[in-house]
Amino acid sequence: MSRPIVNWFRFSSPQAFYPLAGTLAPWFAAAAALLAATGLYIAFFVAPTDFQQGEAYRIIFVHVPASWMSMFIYVVMAGWAGLGLVLNSRLSGMMASALAPTGAMFAFLSLWTGALWGRPTWGTYWVWDARLTSELILLFLYLGFMALQAAIDDARRADKAGAVLALVGVVNIPIIYFSVQWWNTLHQGASVSLTRAPTMAAIMFTGMIVMVFAFWMYAIAVSLARVRAIILERERHAGWVLELAEGRA
Amino acid sequence: MSWASATEFFAMGGYAPFVWGSFAVTALCILVEPLLIRARRRRALEALKRAAVSATRVKHEAAA
Repeated sequence: MSRPIVNWFRFSSPQAFYPLAGTLAPWFAAAAALLAATGLYIAFFVAPTDFQQGEAYRIIFVHVPASWMSMFIYVVMAGWAGLGLVLNSRLSGMMASALAPTGAMFAFLSLWTGALWGRPTWGTYWVWDARLTSELILLFLYLGFMALQAAIDDARRADKAGAVLALVGVVNIPIIYFSVQWWNTLHQGASVSLTRAPTMAAIMFTGMIVMVFAFWMYAIAVSLARVRAIILERERHAGWVLELAEGRA
Repeated sequence: MSWASATEFFAMGGYAPFVWGSFAVTALCILVEPLLIRARRRRALEALKRAAVSATRVKHEAAA
């Protein structure tokens, strides 16, 4: 590691990361908008009617992206929280705190859209099967993480406590993922796998994947914007923050 | 996928409340979240400005 062109570790300082996040966020937002427009067009004007479920299946184009993102964001959040715990870095903890509300929102949307899909197709909005229950627990973990951090006055201690909760909760993610395999669930089994072709029509799969990326770009954009607000809150005693606020007067 | 009419599109084969209920709440969340973040940022900047003002006042009072 002798004299890299860019010292990436420079960006672990809130002061250096703040403007970077501000520059990057709009690009991710634009990517999200483009992907969402494409995905929604495929969802409503390209993908055909499903033979079994009729038009109800189109909920898949928001339900699966929300569910996948709720799980993915949790792992990333726990990763940043763990990194902050190990390296004692402020910005890592701030990033974890920035991701939590968005992850919670996707977990809620997963349950909401899933309930609306379940009513016409299974006959019920809710059932206490393994997949649905573990996703509900994921929502509670997100809310618990946010509540725990809000309850602790000292930001550094809040980071550490939240990190422990986030890391312990990571066990829930493989439970959600494998739940349809390990238990007898009402929720259907995996149609998508890393090792074999998807068992759904190609155009439906494509639309779904485009929406997954749209949600992913959105999550990054929103988390970068939120971490900037968190940096302003937590670094309020730093000179550069006060100068920035005065500059906006 | 070709819809015979706009009516047919909005009807979603009879599943309109479920399909549009899902997409509408999703759209609502995705529209509201950035607004909440913007409000949070504004509150943070206002708190900083107030802190700067009172710090300047304390400095002047101390000098006086």
